[in-house]
Amino acid sequence: MPLNLSLMKILPAAAVAVGGASAYMKFGPDVEARLPPTRKLPYPPSADFPDLTHHHNVMKNHLTPAVYAKLRDRVTPNGITLDQCIQTGVDNPGHPFIKIVGLVAGDEESYETFKELFYPVIKERHNGYDPETQIHPIDLDPSKIKGGHLDEKYVLSSRVRTGRAIRGIPHPPMCSRAERREVERVVTEALQGLPSDLAGKYFSLKNMTDKEQDQLIEDHFLFDKPVSPLLTSSGMARDWPDGRGIFHNDKKNFLVWINEEDHSRIISMEKGGNMKSVFERFCRGINDVEKLIEQKGWEFQKSDNLGYILTCPSNIGNGLRCGVHVKLPKLSQDSRFNDILEKLRLQKRGTGGVDTAAVGGTFDISNLDRLGKSEVELVQQVIDGVSLMVDMEKKLEKKQSIQHLIPK
Amino acid sequence: MMPSDEKAVAEDTNMPDLSKHNNWMSKCLTPAIYSKLKDRKTPSGYTLDKCIQTGVDNPGHPFIMTVGLVAGDEESYSTFSELFDPVISRHNGYAPDAKHNTDLDASKLRGGNFDENFVLSSRVRTGRSLRGLALPPWCTRGERRTVEKLAVEALSKLGDELKGKYYPLSKMTEAEQDQLIQDHFLFDKPVSPLLTSAGMARDWPDARGIWHNDAKNFLVWVNEEDHLRLISMETGGNMKAVFERFCKGVQEVETILKQQGCSYMWNEHLGYILTCPSNLGTGLRGGVHVKLPLLSNDKRFNSILESLRLQKRGTGGVDTASSDGTFDISNLDRLGSSEVEQVQCVVDGVELLVQMEKKLMANEEIDSLIPPAK
Repeated sequence: MPLNLSLMKILPAAAVAVGGASAYMKFGPDVEARLPPTRKLPYPPSADFPDLTHHHNVMKNHLTPAVYAKLRDRVTPNGITLDQCIQTGVDNPGHPFIKIVGLVAGDEESYETFKELFYPVIKERHNGYDPETQIHPIDLDPSKIKGGHLDEKYVLSSRVRTGRAIRGIPHPPMCSRAERREVERVVTEALQGLPSDLAGKYFSLKNMTDKEQDQLIEDHFLFDKPVSPLLTSSGMARDWPDGRGIFHNDKKNFLVWINEEDHSRIISMEKGGNMKSVFERFCRGINDVEKLIEQKGWEFQKSDNLGYILTCPSNIGNGLRCGVHVKLPKLSQDSRFNDILEKLRLQKRGTGGVDTAAVGGTFDISNLDRLGKSEVELVQQVIDGVSLMVDMEKKLEKKQSIQHLIPK
Repeated sequence: MMPSDEKAVAEDTNMPDLSKHNNWMSKCLTPAIYSKLKDRKTPSGYTLDKCIQTGVDNPGHPFIMTVGLVAGDEESYSTFSELFDPVISRHNGYAPDAKHNTDLDASKLRGGNFDENFVLSSRVRTGRSLRGLALPPWCTRGERRTVEKLAVEALSKLGDELKGKYYPLSKMTEAEQDQLIQDHFLFDKPVSPLLTSAGMARDWPDARGIWHNDAKNFLVWVNEEDHLRLISMETGGNMKAVFERFCKGVQEVETILKQQGCSYMWNEHLGYILTCPSNLGTGLRGGVHVKLPLLSNDKRFNSILESLRLQKRGTGGVDTASSDGTFDISNLDRLGSSEVEQVQCVVDGVELLVQMEKKLMANEEIDSLIPPAK
């Protein structure tokens, strides 16, 4: 026993020297612990194939008995199986209106180990993007953004968010407590190195004082233990609130969530319409964090064809949701509104979140796409699209026609 | 242990933070035990972390002292005995070398016909696990379906007053579902985080179902919290009849399963092996719904129950409260006494409680009836 423990103390240093890719070697016993069950009697894959007859999710569309038979007994290097990845989709048949993915990646390697399922799911969810043949473009250079100062009589707030995962460590559905704590340590250490306007403080969920908690709730920063069965079925709420926390800078416009749905969620936001400044701060923050973790031998999970790799296949690529809260009372009543949004590749939500309805004509408008377009492209798309819709709103206020403004 | 070993053990990076916890698992899981057990696996691959996940995710409950620990298979109890033994001992007061006695001879029960002005219904339930198949927290879909197949095959061979029908949850018609709800037979997908954290709601409603006899007084739940839950019940106070039917049903099912080559998980120390350590031994909960509005307002009510080795619950289930003076009263103990002994305890105890209620109704004192503290 003492020998193993002293080895555990040596390995982190070795991992630092060799680089992030070998960092997972120190979690040997955790890999063992995740391995699938062994049974006295052999069960053919057909005995375990889930009953998906009442299901409506993307996973169901592509998990045939043949695919399941091929993948059931495969295991990723971290000990993760297909059954673990699909559990959320089996347990949650779906919603009649919202098409959910029904699949999570237990680790980075899940995407490749189970590609016979993940690739077609990605293709369906991301508008035909083909991970076999396409390269995902990454562009975090905010100087390329044109315009980006939106009319503040209409645009109330601007926000850009994404997620990042630490290479070598399994994702929230399957990580052990030790691995989750390691993510917390690696990311918070990096955040402590952020300079000037990005400098701030980390509040761990389990050590937070009541006063700190109240303040974070008032700022609308605090995230709760997930209650949605879509999330809890996947295992990502285990051991709550251990290893979870929130970082924000002193100016409260740059925020990082640790170990919620992903290893990290990075958010830049501010009141008003200055999306240019929001995106500039976003890029600076992410690029700084990436450099800081690389100095310690860690990397973000990323690949040429999938871009940045996250827990849910719907978030891979850039994981970017760039959006505004904007007042469009007249345009939203126009019968062409949904069609306009579709053509602009934008999505509407209520200001309460993804499954709320808008109140008083104020909408959350953000990009529809994630995989296949760069960050700069998507942010530009949101800026141009929202500007256009604000112009339309102004025209409608003056009872003028908007026909010539509608995109083809 | 050497001081340096103690320090090293306390630093295990995967040890859960139990500082805000109050369940039996958190009281018994020391860093030393965690380190010793963390790399062990049962033959089917179940781990300590999986056993304790429910206790880590659920720090405590306001009404009940939860166990915070489940078994994924029969071998969990021995593979992780360094944790299960102290939990069992503290929860049940049971010595590590004690032998558990099984007695399903209903003819030994004395009395058992309650005053139906007070006792509204009577019920006895237990659980059984099929040896060789993993338990609900850990079973694969294939294993769960095997449990269902074996159980349904056995139940289909029951005859006479026990003859009945199986309703799988996934294939139930609306009409069947409404009827089962009306009969208070239908069980729901667990929502309590105590259960969902343990993984027993996975793949719902696959391979879950309800079997009941035509007379609707003997009922079997398949693949809910345990492989099988067997329930005998009826309205009114005839606990004797309920227990007779219970013993007959449980033993006949066992006989048929043995003919099919199956046996129950059982050993002479822990009795019948079930998912939750609180159900070891007989796995028996024998109880009544009884009206005790006056007695329940007496400040001695809880200590009387304690002395009688009885437990109160609201009529809505284990974590509800009573609203109108009607309580679910059942045996506290499962391990270390037999089925006959436990049901006798309920019969004698409820008789006494009803006697006390009658005295209070007549404005008489009950001091002479109060049992000495055990």
